Amino acid sequence: MKKTIRVLIAKPGLDGHDRGALIIAQALRDHGMEVIYTGLRQSPQQIAQAAIQEDVDVIGLSSLSGGHKTLFPKVVEALVAKDAGDIPVVGGGVIPDEDIAFLKDKGIRKVFTPGTPTKDTIAYIEACVRGDENE
Amino acid sequence: MTNDYNQKKQQWEQQVAKTKERFPERKSPFTNSSDLTIEPLYLPTNDAEKEDYLKKLGFPGQFPYTRGIQPSMFRNRFWTMRQYAGFGSAQETNKRFKYLLDQGQTGLSVAFDLPTQIGYDSDDAMAEGEVGKVGVAIDSLDDMEILLDKIPLDKVSTSMTINAPASVLLAMYIAVAEKQGVPKEKITGTIQNDILKEYIARGTYIYPPKPSMRLITNIFEYCAEHIPKFNTISISGYHIREAGSTAVQEVAFTLANGMAYVDAAIESGLKVDQFAPRLAFFFNAHNNFFEEAAKFRAARRIWANVMKDRYHAQDEKSLRLRFHTQTGGSTLTAQQPDNNIVRVALQALSAVLGGTQSLHTNSKDEALALPTEDSARIALRTQQILAHESGVADTVDPLAGSYYVENLTDEIEEQVMHYIERIDEMGGAVQAVEDGFMQREIHQAAYQTQKDIESEEEIIVGLNAFRIDEEVHEDLLKVDERLEQAQVQGLNKIRNERNQEEVDHLLSSLKQAATNNKENLMPYIIECVKAYATIGEICNVLRDEFGEFTGA
Repeated sequence: MKKTIRVLIAKPGLDGHDRGALIIAQALRDHGMEVIYTGLRQSPQQIAQAAIQEDVDVIGLSSLSGGHKTLFPKVVEALVAKDAGDIPVVGGGVIPDEDIAFLKDKGIRKVFTPGTPTKDTIAYIEACVRGDENE
Repeated sequence: MTNDYNQKKQQWEQQVAKTKERFPERKSPFTNSSDLTIEPLYLPTNDAEKEDYLKKLGFPGQFPYTRGIQPSMFRNRFWTMRQYAGFGSAQETNKRFKYLLDQGQTGLSVAFDLPTQIGYDSDDAMAEGEVGKVGVAIDSLDDMEILLDKIPLDKVSTSMTINAPASVLLAMYIAVAEKQGVPKEKITGTIQNDILKEYIARGTYIYPPKPSMRLITNIFEYCAEHIPKFNTISISGYHIREAGSTAVQEVAFTLANGMAYVDAAIESGLKVDQFAPRLAFFFNAHNNFFEEAAKFRAARRIWANVMKDRYHAQDEKSLRLRFHTQTGGSTLTAQQPDNNIVRVALQALSAVLGGTQSLHTNSKDEALALPTEDSARIALRTQQILAHESGVADTVDPLAGSYYVENLTDEIEEQVMHYIERIDEMGGAVQAVEDGFMQREIHQAAYQTQKDIESEEEIIVGLNAFRIDEEVHEDLLKVDERLEQAQVQGLNKIRNERNQEEVDHLLSSLKQAATNNKENLMPYIIECVKAYATIGEICNVLRDEFGEFTGA
């Protein structure tokens, strides 16, 4: 039997815009994935801890406040520190194109910018779990 | 009935004449290119329509205010052009404010960064990565003094988007005004101070609902006595709409929240006419043009009726729904961002025709980053073109009497009242928020919108149709990453220079006052900020006393 994909959707930092995070969470659920949503104002440590506890396959981060360059890499660092650096991290939100290379360099596998259809995000996560995600 | 109508009309004519004495009309007469004279108001000509007209629309400046809250609206003065701005340091933001005022903007609107909005100092671990990002960082009175440097607070009105720590920022504003020699009775502006929509849609809450409602009523009471010209709250549908609600939900949840504030203030012992004239509202403007214009008209009519029938307000000012509008951030696309200028113009037009008191027009690049100076200027110019070139402000409520618009107005009112009844049955807005009712309704609507866009049932130009290959957008505003460090250094300097003993003493007085529900906390907070206690220190005292909200 195919294993159900488990995803943690998290809001790092103080940003309160959760429309995107909630929509992604529901779209993934409607597609048959199990989704844990952290709620607002999670520290990178809390997010890493939750991901390990919930044994998720993928972490999706959302930020619209401009804090992504600090906060997204910190989640990856927190995972590595807890020996869980193999959990893939993806992100989305209001993220300028020019920051994407920086984030990838810091271990964020993929960044989804405004206007991305949810089916693209779903397809990427599925590929990621299969281990054959290609740009 | 015709008698009644004629009497009301006469009253209106007198009101118009009186307004003219204070604010002469912009032109005399108003004409168009064909040299036709434009009347201040166009009215039903058929006697049979007049009864319905009085009941549903009324004359502008008269109950139920469907056609506007002033007798001749924009013929005397345009709406206030008020662009929301703020980023980085107080110094940088002060520079942008002066630029916007030089460009003809008529009021200020301050955006604070998230640590300030949630009551953390810039050196708090929770503030990491967020300092100066979505607005200006304010830690102490020192920052506020820099932010408002050389801006005459007796002339410029300032709107501050601040909610959970609204009393702290208001206290700082009062302190700066006093240092400028402007007595607090003279300052004008608005604090957002609307905590209920933070739980529903915006997320910058600190304390649980009950103590938050106390802080809000403390502000109402303090301002009624000391700062009579300040708007004590801006009850906001804007963020509810941005979170994905429909237009009907936006109005319904906003007005339901408004009623909860009125209830809380009455319960704390205030009389409705003491505080209701200073309540202000804040709505969104999206793309469906007539729906939006009708929405504003319906909101005014509903609020007037609610204040009259439910709360028995006597003062006419208590019945008038005054509102600010911002165009819809979530309607902007990151794709082909120049198209956003057109969206903003259309949305702004609906707000003007809906009779807004002030307006913020978004910049074209806001789906990508904070606006650059260039794009912020185009946004302001969009308002100026509407005001000075389009002629839409030359007659009052030009959409009145349109079968379509009047029907929409009636239907929106009806749907809003259904929601308000449901919320009443749940025990009011505070209860509905705690139960997550509004949050669920909004999320369902948001998800439906997303599905409609993905199935191309709803076409968004440049996003799911008419696409092009685009270059990387490079000319975006960047906040200097070194700001956080500089801000923390400034904060440490203030902590070293101030009288620490005094600060400790004042903070412990505040703590003591917080334990007593009967105490108004505003005077204590004002004393704290004057001694350069920081926003984090003040909010932490209250966190200890009130606890923190962690989600519905």
